[in-house]
Amino acid sequence: MSSPLPPYASTLQLTWFYAFRVICGLIFFFLIFPILVIVPLSFNAENFFTFTPGMLRLDPDAYSFKHYVDFFTNPDWQQALYNSVTIAPAATILATVLGTLAAIGLSQAHVPYKSAIMAILISPMIVPLIISAAGMYFFYSRLGLQGTYIGVVLAHAALGTPFVIITVTATLVGFYRSLVRAAASMGADPVTTFFKVQMPLIMPGVISGALFAFITSFDEVVVVLFLGSASQKTLPWQMFIGLREQISPTILAVASVMVALSIALLFTLEMLRRRSERLRGLSPG
Amino acid sequence: MSSATDTPTDAIAGDGIVRAADGTPLKRSLARALRREKLRSFLLIAPLLAFVVISFLLPIADMLFRSVENNIVRDTIPETVQTLASWDADSGELPDERVFAALYRDLQIAVEKRIHTRLGSRLNYEKSGMSGLFRKTGREVRRLEAEGPFRERFIEIDEDWADIEVWAVIKRYSPPYTPGYFLNAVDAELTAEGVEMKPENERIYLTLFWRTLVMSLMITLSCLLLGYPIGYLLSHLPARSANLLMILVLLPFWTSLLVRTSAWKVLLQQQGVINDFLVWINLIDDAGRLVMINNQTGTIIAMTHILLPFMILPLYSVMQTISPSYVRAAKSLGASDWTAFWRVYFPQTVPGIGAGAILVFILAIGYYITPELVGGTSGIFISNRIAYHISTSLNWGLAAALGTILLLLVMALFYVYDRIVGIDNVKLG
Amino acid sequence: MKLKSILMATAAAGVLALPAFAEGDMSLAEAPCENCADELTVVSWGGAYQNSQIKAYSEPYAEATGVTFVWDESSAEAVAKLRAMSEAGNVTWDVVDVVASDAIRLCDEGLAIEIDGATELAPAPDGTSADDDFGVLRVNDCFVPQIVYSTTFGYRTDVAEWNGAVPDDICDIFDLETFPGKRSLQRRPIDNMEWATYCNGTPKDEIYDVLSTDEGIAAALAKLDTIKDQVVWWTAGAETPQLLADGEVVMGSTFNGRLFSAIAEQDQPIAMMWDMQSFDLDGWIIPEGLDEARLNRAKHFLKFATDTQRLADQAKYISYGPARASSAPLVGTHAELGIDMAPHMPTDPANAANVHNYDYTWWADNRDDIDAKFQAWLVQ
Repeated sequence: MSSPLPPYASTLQLTWFYAFRVICGLIFFFLIFPILVIVPLSFNAENFFTFTPGMLRLDPDAYSFKHYVDFFTNPDWQQALYNSVTIAPAATILATVLGTLAAIGLSQAHVPYKSAIMAILISPMIVPLIISAAGMYFFYSRLGLQGTYIGVVLAHAALGTPFVIITVTATLVGFYRSLVRAAASMGADPVTTFFKVQMPLIMPGVISGALFAFITSFDEVVVVLFLGSASQKTLPWQMFIGLREQISPTILAVASVMVALSIALLFTLEMLRRRSERLRGLSPG
Repeated sequence: MSSATDTPTDAIAGDGIVRAADGTPLKRSLARALRREKLRSFLLIAPLLAFVVISFLLPIADMLFRSVENNIVRDTIPETVQTLASWDADSGELPDERVFAALYRDLQIAVEKRIHTRLGSRLNYEKSGMSGLFRKTGREVRRLEAEGPFRERFIEIDEDWADIEVWAVIKRYSPPYTPGYFLNAVDAELTAEGVEMKPENERIYLTLFWRTLVMSLMITLSCLLLGYPIGYLLSHLPARSANLLMILVLLPFWTSLLVRTSAWKVLLQQQGVINDFLVWINLIDDAGRLVMINNQTGTIIAMTHILLPFMILPLYSVMQTISPSYVRAAKSLGASDWTAFWRVYFPQTVPGIGAGAILVFILAIGYYITPELVGGTSGIFISNRIAYHISTSLNWGLAAALGTILLLLVMALFYVYDRIVGIDNVKLG
Repeated sequence: MKLKSILMATAAAGVLALPAFAEGDMSLAEAPCENCADELTVVSWGGAYQNSQIKAYSEPYAEATGVTFVWDESSAEAVAKLRAMSEAGNVTWDVVDVVASDAIRLCDEGLAIEIDGATELAPAPDGTSADDDFGVLRVNDCFVPQIVYSTTFGYRTDVAEWNGAVPDDICDIFDLETFPGKRSLQRRPIDNMEWATYCNGTPKDEIYDVLSTDEGIAAALAKLDTIKDQVVWWTAGAETPQLLADGEVVMGSTFNGRLFSAIAEQDQPIAMMWDMQSFDLDGWIIPEGLDEARLNRAKHFLKFATDTQRLADQAKYISYGPARASSAPLVGTHAELGIDMAPHMPTDPANAANVHNYDYTWWADNRDDIDAKFQAWLVQ
């Protein structure tokens, strides 16, 4: 399949070749259609979740920005947006700093109990969210952290750290340790070595880990549902309530905005990946 | 790293011991360097380790402890528990007056503190009717005179106090730790005859665990069926087109879970986009609209979509490393396309299948949000039940027991995953 | 239970009275509040109901006092969250809106404080004490009732397969032949078990006797079984109106005020079926364990928010009957639509021809048992 079929391919092979591409096309359609379909629907002038006859006729009157206006003016959604953009960065910074340090520590040659430590550090990604949420709910209540900004930030940071560990460790695997030795032998102290040599090389991993941590927090709903109170209501929380209770098309407007955000994130990551590969000489760039 | 400064010239002294620059034997010097290196890596790891343990593992351990903790009986009616210790439940006789008198005194305090109904609810998990019994008795007991005979007085309030089984249950659940919640979590109960299964019409959890497993398996299988061709295609296309198509896989991966769930809600509803389309092309008529939401179908479709990237990514990374020469060699030796694929190519992708399948399965069995929103009653998972017991029925012990079982299941799978893939080799994006 | 007769009396008064809109007396909000917190976390149900509370209670109160309100839409999980908060010794809510049965549970478990009707609640304008004004609706000392609502059915008026038949009897819910289509019911045993028992042919006053037996429960579940695969189960009050509006179900139970919003405000092709509507109460409690400043503020707000005028004001925004007898004559027209609200009240005689009297005490005693059986049945 890597090259067009050879001229002697049988009809069966030819049919299969095209059938396979059609099948793949359908699967890609399945992957992408649900995400794209909500974008036109979010411009629906009616309070419905389906295409009205007017929309199908491309009648301009059947489209409107009213759900977007609602999103940007409704205090509930604004509060949720505000909470999301204040909680996620704080959780991201905490997760990224702690996670990067730990990943560097883990990449050293002699770490006792390495696999046990790794298992513990990765666990927030593996434990089902409902269990994490329930545990934190009871425990944080006791510490007076339930329903507080700090409580939600701590919880989200804990959930985000495994991603930082994984991405930073991945960049460290290809990291040429002699560079650190070279720097040290030339008289650089460890701190200088870290910032001048190590940091620039693992930066792509750190940033993509941070993005993962960010999206983990930004997208998280189960833990915040249990751990938060009304003043920590985030966008996913508001969407969850909306979907379960008053399902308003504003949700689709919010969803479209979030799709735009994820496209932006995706491109940032792709740029980072290319940069990282270029830096490490894995691809000609 | 400090050993890098060692110079070999003056290393060997007269006694034949290899020494470092400062004169210490090299062995010891190296050991010290190793210790320092260990210490440094530990210091780098420690903050996160402490953070994860305190903010994440301790809370979970604390919650799981609730699955066996049972101090409520002892704390609410301490004197009764004490006097009841000498009573033999198999004697066929009611406890004597001392126990009833103790219960009277305990309840006076408990009712004053308004904690007796909670005990009733607790014991009701083990025997139905206990909740009502404690509420009713709590209402009456304050009006009771402080003079005996208490046994008759209590039986007057509610004749259930003359039921030996009531007392047997109180005695059985007096200890500070109990297997009761775990038994409940597997539809069993502790009776006088030992552990027994609950009556057929009260069994829930085995069914639910089973359903969770079966549905997760179906989701994993559909992810595999849909993910395999995509992984194959991507790994056989030139890098440039593969990268472009990869965006179609990564976009859903990066899109909010709730956005995708709302999309499926919009698509699958009876008055939704898919049904509208099917009616429009006359495949179904307006009355025969398909029911695809609030049931298992809804959960499986939506979750397959949500988890599909987790299958494609590991498959793709394995398929990328398979050299095309194997298949070419097979074909040149006369294998048909199918044989070459099935006997030569496919076996090499098994590690990718294993990694993807376990990852998807682990993620699927713990799902909560999507089943809650599109699953109705038949499409819900054990997680939804745990959430129900935490926030609605308030049976936190049972929630903890169900959570423990689920966690053990996930940990076992994770162990397998670690064996196959290794935690260090998890790749993202 | 005398609940019904009191309700009828309130309703009758409401129908006769002319809309009387005196300038709202704000003296309670303006009354000095010593050592009071200046933030108040109020927990309610969200949606149209919470909006009516914001308009009638919190906006005027905030204007008079400058207090900041934080609204939490967690009433559905109020008991669980309050229990966790009290176990942790960290209560973050000040005033919580709950249904009567939850209030009973919270009060029984010591999670809500007792409120003295004579000193901590406002008397009626004619001097009647608050406790007398609320009458039996004040089901215990912790609970300050706000509204009487009912759980009742709405149905779509444009279902072709019904051939013009109109559901006007509760047992039409179980009649899949005349009324095919999906129904939405609340995911809990309360009301559903009673309706099923009633439609099994049990006289109204024997429903709870029958449900007290294992056979009675089995029979009710068997009745529900006949429509089980046609039921969409809801947990939030806004779901049924949404499902009806989307055409996902053809009939469904919900709170009457939610249906009112869908019919009168959003003009959906939906109608109400009042038969065997189940009356219930909703009101405030103050959690146990608040510090003094917050407690003072909560009580100050509560006294204002449950006075005669405020309860009547709420009825301008949603079709629930005010819980004070003295508020009924003040119920007027809808604030925006200008429709007379009285005929939309569950207590209106025309709507209350056949009502179901929901028994709190019985459910308090039996809820744990029946809940377990109901949930098991649901999963099977």
